[in-house]
Amino acid sequence: MRELQDTVKALFDKGEIDLFIGYEKGTRTPRPFFVHKAEDAENLIFDAACSGNLAVYLTRKDLTGGKKTGISASYYALKSIAQLFDENQLKAENLRIFGVSEEGSVQFFDSVAAIKQHLSATPPPAKPDEDELVGKINAMTASERWKFWSDELSKCFKCYACRAACPMCYCTKCIVEVNRPQWIQPWASTLSNMEWQINRVMHLAGRCSDCGSCGTACPLGIPVHLLTHKMSETVKEHFGVSETKENVLSTFKPDDKENFIH
Amino acid sequence: MSNEFEPKVVAFVCNWCTYTGADLTGTSRIKYASNVKIIRFPCTGRIDFMLLLKAFANGSDGVIVSGCHPNDCHYTSGNFHARRRWMLFRNLLDFLGIDIRRIRFAWVSAAEGAKWAEVVNETVAQLKDLGPYTEYQKATEFLVANENELTEEMEANHA
Ligand code: SF4
Repeated sequence: MRELQDTVKALFDKGEIDLFIGYEKGTRTPRPFFVHKAEDAENLIFDAACSGNLAVYLTRKDLTGGKKTGISASYYALKSIAQLFDENQLKAENLRIFGVSEEGSVQFFDSVAAIKQHLSATPPPAKPDEDELVGKINAMTASERWKFWSDELSKCFKCYACRAACPMCYCTKCIVEVNRPQWIQPWASTLSNMEWQINRVMHLAGRCSDCGSCGTACPLGIPVHLLTHKMSETVKEHFGVSETKENVLSTFKPDDKENFIH
Repeated sequence: MSNEFEPKVVAFVCNWCTYTGADLTGTSRIKYASNVKIIRFPCTGRIDFMLLLKAFANGSDGVIVSGCHPNDCHYTSGNFHARRRWMLFRNLLDFLGIDIRRIRFAWVSAAEGAKWAEVVNETVAQLKDLGPYTEYQKATEFLVANENELTEEMEANHA
């Protein structure tokens, strides 16, 4: 913690940043914290409970526009940042990226290449709960799965907190706001809620860091992060880990293998 | 007249291969099930996955998606892109419990008039076994379909 606080303080003192995005203590769980001056740096914390993906703030022009910004990034935030760079959403010169570990060590990354190298050398944190739940759903019959998801998603009231929490949902006009044609009914109803999630997950395919912030953000506790978790697994299974900037769904291989097109 | 269930099928096909192939089925005077309504697209790459969902929501019991064989796309790579999309989409639908046996993916070239008839006939035969897709259609009318249940629930909460 000290190391992070001192690092951020020094950055402000040297005038290297105008804004630092991190966490502070919250009422029950830590909450995002925006440091604007050196003395606030002492409120910064980082531990295992800091689970949201702070990368979501980097594309918010109202927040970071024109500012030299620093960020403390967890494993998943780093993954999202690398993806945002690949999608040309971030500019390196305005950013100071620090990877933080739960033990409190701080690591500065001076390039996307350095982030990517770090990510490929670090095994992703295990997701035992998600794996177990996805396993349970996989083991159900199709009608049980349908019952499970239509029950869960009938609760959704389309607050779009899952979208707001996602670093990759940076479109200024989301498909749910498109009304010519109106693909997805704007009011909450089981089927259109499902269509919303199907679109969300398809649009995130191969881009999602699998951080799970969408599920954490849902005020109704709908496990929508299981959908993205499952999708990440599916992408890995079929297409492996991509070495290039191109997204899974904007590229192809002539010998992609499937067994259902006759 | 028989009372046998006649499934409604929507086929999303590309202009260059499957649509022309289906034309050939007709000009070759091959008979096939009349349950299918064909919608023509410039390319399989243009077949948005939402169209499949909309077909189900609007009462289709099954869907056919078909286009040029790999390497035969009029636009070189539309079908390759579509194939990736279907691979992921199909998996996601299955995870949600949507009945993927009701979606038939095929490659049918402009020369394969007989294959088109086969694809449609097989799909219709399978859908006859599976029956109408009421499970999905019910969700489109969640509020209507559950009106009694919801009213009871509300009354119970008020009592
Ligand atoms: S956060 Fe939950 S309730 Fe809100 S739109 Fe997403 S799934 Fe629906």
